Amino acid sequence: MIMRNIFILFVAAGLFFTGCNRNQSPSATPGNSSSEPKVAIDQSTTGSISGTVHFTGTAPTPIKVDMGFDPACAMSARGENFASPIAAKEGKLANVFVYVKKAPVLADWAVPKEHAVVDQVGCRYEPHVVGAMVGQTIEFRNSDNTEHNIHAMPNENPGWNESQAPKSQAILKHFDEPEVMLPVKCNQHPWMKMYVNVAANPLFAVTDASGHFEIKGLPPGEYTLAAVHEKLGEKTMALKVTPKEQKSGVDFSF
Amino acid sequence: MPQPVYSAALHRFTKVLAGLIFLLIAAGALVTSNDAGLAVPDWPTSFGSLWRMPHMVGGVKFEHGHRMLAELVGLLTIVLAIWTWRSDSRRWMKWLGLVALGTVIAQGVLGGVTVLFFLPWWISSAHATLAQSFFCIVVSMALFSSRGWSETAPANFVEHGSPSLRTLSLFCVLSILVQLMLGAAFRHSGIKLLPHLVSAAVVTALLIWTSSRVLTNHSVPSAVRRPASALLGLLLVQLCLGLASYLTRVQWGADAVQPQLAMVISTVSHVIVGALLLATSVVLAIEVRRHILPATAPASDNALDKAVTA
Repeated sequence: MIMRNIFILFVAAGLFFTGCNRNQSPSATPGNSSSEPKVAIDQSTTGSISGTVHFTGTAPTPIKVDMGFDPACAMSARGENFASPIAAKEGKLANVFVYVKKAPVLADWAVPKEHAVVDQVGCRYEPHVVGAMVGQTIEFRNSDNTEHNIHAMPNENPGWNESQAPKSQAILKHFDEPEVMLPVKCNQHPWMKMYVNVAANPLFAVTDASGHFEIKGLPPGEYTLAAVHEKLGEKTMALKVTPKEQKSGVDFSF
Repeated sequence: MPQPVYSAALHRFTKVLAGLIFLLIAAGALVTSNDAGLAVPDWPTSFGSLWRMPHMVGGVKFEHGHRMLAELVGLLTIVLAIWTWRSDSRRWMKWLGLVALGTVIAQGVLGGVTVLFFLPWWISSAHATLAQSFFCIVVSMALFSSRGWSETAPANFVEHGSPSLRTLSLFCVLSILVQLMLGAAFRHSGIKLLPHLVSAAVVTALLIWTSSRVLTNHSVPSAVRRPASALLGLLLVQLCLGLASYLTRVQWGADAVQPQLAMVISTVSHVIVGALLLATSVVLAIEVRRHILPATAPASDNALDKAVTA
């Protein structure tokens, strides 16, 4: 009887624990996509927006990465590697993906022909954050004298993991579903991590070292603009763009 | 013509294999702790080759080193299964050798599949758990092939406690196995920490209860007392390592840009002491079943004793 009760207790505990599955964080869907009819964009009326992403907190001090794991990394001409999840300088935040989350019109956006380029230099990704439109080719280069593996870990797209020999041919990839802050990492060098952002339209930008961004080619109308950071999350704002308007001062603050 | 049960060479070989499996578990833990599980993207080949040695730098040295040690263990397990089949007169030992072989094959396949599917937490956790089970099987074989097992008669000690020590020791094994599964699932980001902590409390209570039942009765044979004492010592070490792993990895290392030495040492130690705990609990359960009879059972009702004398 005791054995049976203990057995039931174990089974119940097992069922309880397996039910405690860690929730996967849902990824945002950048840009609206629908089966509704799409309209052509009148390029003569499009405007642009620009602004700065501010950081009001105290950024963690960048930590020196120990690249002794791989002598080729440690001896790289790029020198020492300092990493921080929040790249902020004088209150300006870099590596923020700014994109149109909701556009006023459903347009048949052309996929940019130019590649979005990610290079591996000195055992770090350059850039740390990249944006690409759905279907746009992303070119992964390896300028290092060591082998890397490129491991994409998406939620909305199929994952993949490929090794890349030193200074070898670029690996070309694209993603078919919109997804923000899609992590990409190298398991050979565990400090190497970057983020790909896949947007439904070409209306996006990534903030530079001074926190600045600019998005061109916006048709007139009311938008929901979003700024997303790998650690700090997403902020949105509503804004209106009039024909040919060059709107500046579109600032976000984290 | 069956040979005598005790073979010093086979026993030594089994012990060496058990030691290598212990090292293999440590190597596997190093792979996970260094986030190197996908440093070699393909399987069963490594960078497209079955035999060419890759450049052993970065995460590759952990992942490929783990694969090489696993191949050695696999080969030695084949030898163990054949040797046991040919030289051990006990039919159940012959089958246990085959079970060990089947387990190491399944373990290798799980290790490959988890790489091909980009380390889904449930496959990686199954890989980690089966490793511990495989270790216990070979440790049991080392015990069954020892001189002490072959040449010492069962004590037939009758104990009157309830639940019986047989029941308690069996649940110690099961609870530690569940705890290792939960630990692996947490480590591979499948579940939150709470189930592992709750289970740790259950395991701690069960081990203290069982060990104290054994150690407070001075008539219990030393073959049972020894693993019970070891369990308590290992439990204390494991609780400390669990706390150290939590602090170094979850609290202080949450935003670390790369695995830090302290978090690697604490988590790998936590994994391997967990393996020792499970193996010790298995030894305890076996020795209890061999030497201790429940108060209701007749003195001849000893399955392991029958197996030994068969």
